[in-house]
Amino acid sequence: MREFRMPALGADMESGVLAQWLVKPGSAVSPGDIVCVVETQKGAIEVEIFEDGVIEEILVEPGTEVPVGQPLARLDGGPAAAQGAAPELKPMEPQAGRPADVQAAPRSPAAPAGPPPEPRARPARALVTPAARRRAAELDVDPETMTGTGIDGSVTLADVEVAARRPESVKRPPQELAPEARPARGFDKSAMRAAIAAAMQRSKREIPHYYLGQAIDFSAAQGWLEARNADLPPASRLMPAVLLLKAAALSLRAVPDLNGHFVDGAFRPGKDINVGWVVALRGGGLVAPAINGVDRLPLPDLMSALRDLVQRARAGGLRASELSSGTVTVTSLGERGADRVMGVIYPPQVAVIGFGRIASRPWVVDGQVVARPLVDASLAADHRVCDGRLGGLLLAAIDRHLQKPGEL
Amino acid sequence: MTGAGPLTYREACRQALIEALESDPRVFMMGEDIGAYGGCYAVTKGLLEQFGPERVRDTPLAESGFTGAGIGAAMVGMRPIVELMTCNFSLLALDQIMNSAATLAHMSGGQFAVPLVIRMATGAGRRVAAQHSHSLEGWFAHIPGVKVLAPAVIEDARYMLGPALADPNPVLIFEHVMLYNDTGPHDPSVTEVDISSAAVRREGSDVTLVTYGGSLRKCLAAAGQLAEERISADVIDLRILRPLDSATVLESVRRTRRCVIVDEAWRSGSIAAEIGMRIAEEAFFDLDAPLRRVCSAEVPVPYAPAMEDAALPQVDDIVGTVRQLLGKS
Repeated sequence: MREFRMPALGADMESGVLAQWLVKPGSAVSPGDIVCVVETQKGAIEVEIFEDGVIEEILVEPGTEVPVGQPLARLDGGPAAAQGAAPELKPMEPQAGRPADVQAAPRSPAAPAGPPPEPRARPARALVTPAARRRAAELDVDPETMTGTGIDGSVTLADVEVAARRPESVKRPPQELAPEARPARGFDKSAMRAAIAAAMQRSKREIPHYYLGQAIDFSAAQGWLEARNADLPPASRLMPAVLLLKAAALSLRAVPDLNGHFVDGAFRPGKDINVGWVVALRGGGLVAPAINGVDRLPLPDLMSALRDLVQRARAGGLRASELSSGTVTVTSLGERGADRVMGVIYPPQVAVIGFGRIASRPWVVDGQVVARPLVDASLAADHRVCDGRLGGLLLAAIDRHLQKPGEL
Repeated sequence: MTGAGPLTYREACRQALIEALESDPRVFMMGEDIGAYGGCYAVTKGLLEQFGPERVRDTPLAESGFTGAGIGAAMVGMRPIVELMTCNFSLLALDQIMNSAATLAHMSGGQFAVPLVIRMATGAGRRVAAQHSHSLEGWFAHIPGVKVLAPAVIEDARYMLGPALADPNPVLIFEHVMLYNDTGPHDPSVTEVDISSAAVRREGSDVTLVTYGGSLRKCLAAAGQLAEERISADVIDLRILRPLDSATVLESVRRTRRCVIVDEAWRSGSIAAEIGMRIAEEAFFDLDAPLRRVCSAEVPVPYAPAMEDAALPQVDDIVGTVRQLLGKS
């Protein structure tokens, strides 16, 4: 028996509102499946599961606010249960063949010998008429759980009204937020501002920042990009940001003390280089969802990942793991940004790397002042973990990588 | 003729023509067999004798020619009424209707109006096979610049012609062949009607039946049967297929939350499709069941009586569709 718990979707998350289940008892799950949607201050986040098995019981109704770490569902069956959970149960359950029973039990009892649960099968959508769905929302009941009497067994307006009159009905639990207070799928601006404020206050209160900056000649990178993009359709072209991101990630390999988390008074280096990429949201606010293992991703893959991430961040479709897996943050201000950025570290990370606008400026080459596209790279890092000399090595490494764009 | 037995739809059409010819010297008629023969559905019987060959003109079998002549006469101030024997034959005049009548007011920058009325018979049920039985009013309802009327009751047959002649635009009137012998019910106190709004012919609360023309009687019969099963149907007679009175339809569907559209034309690309889409666009969240249509089978209307009946929407089809929508089949 295993439990699926409310994940921490960021350093400052204490609780989240379970908005929607995408599985139900009996659903087979495997690692990476999205099982529910959780409303946080950063909007609606799709939460993945990282275990194999069958959902045995849903413990939390949609609309409930749940502290981080509290169980949301019980999970059973699957290979993990066969190896891990079954021995624990042995004293109480002496029969042999337990793992197979476990797998079959949550399925329909009428068909114990039926086919195994279809992997990744989403629950069939209940037929609910538009009018019934709207009325159910007004009455705050869940039409998907009702018995339909309409055409093809659809749940009709009358079914919703009859069900809502029953005392034991499908009413959502009382601790649910009032409808107007419930954040819509997407971003609640004031909640997001509060989340940013909390994280940044904690950062400025706890982290002794140091700052370094370095101007980098971007002409080699720019020339390489132009040549590479010349014959490609717009959808396949690389943006300068992807070179900056890759160069930063590769440089962190050489300076691992800047990649990781500072937790409970100690630095824990990150296993992988998972870069939180700062996405400014239209209408205000920002998020920094992570791309994992950036240093190992080929540029075209990284470009696709970046595009996908930005789109989903703006549309409100980020996944839980993306909000908590970051080991470092990179921000690039883009063409219309300022010349340089002095970042604020996102706890419990220990560094933020910033890139200002790439712009043509004077640069000395062989004793001559020439115009070159330059980018100001900056680093804000945690003095509890390392000192400026190490930070300088990182910026120098980024510079070196950007001079050899073909090797990125 | 009034007072001599119940008023038929045919007689109502005839009285309307007589009133128009009597009250306005600019009004005259043209069409095949409308004079000496009295009209192939006997609507114009006696008009030649009463008004003379100048005003009730028999034409050759040349729909494009005499429809074009009607357009020209309308442009210079007359009020012609052109009769096309059936809407199947109207296709020979389609170029005149579409490219001239419907467009001239626009293409002349408003200098020419085309106050032309074209009457034609439509619909199936008379065992006259595919070339005389189709329902093409939905095609004409596609054309901006014309009005399309479908009188389904005696009052409309009698009084729609007046406002149609008064309208500065071409107006097409589709008279369903199975209605000519219809005798009502009919309210003699009605002496005028509009040509802008749909009418609720029966009030109900569980389902809306939207229809027009020859299918109205079938819908009212179906509504009567459904009432015995305690299913209450609102029956809407569209009356005007262009411009459509969506508001009346939407008001009803928002009340009943279910809708069946009954149209003797073919389903694909039909006026029924247009009504359904407008409901989907404007009243989606009010719906408590999928939209449904009862239309003719997608075949040329068959000649054999049993096959013709099977191809057309019938009362049982309407009743069955409604029952199904209410989960009672």
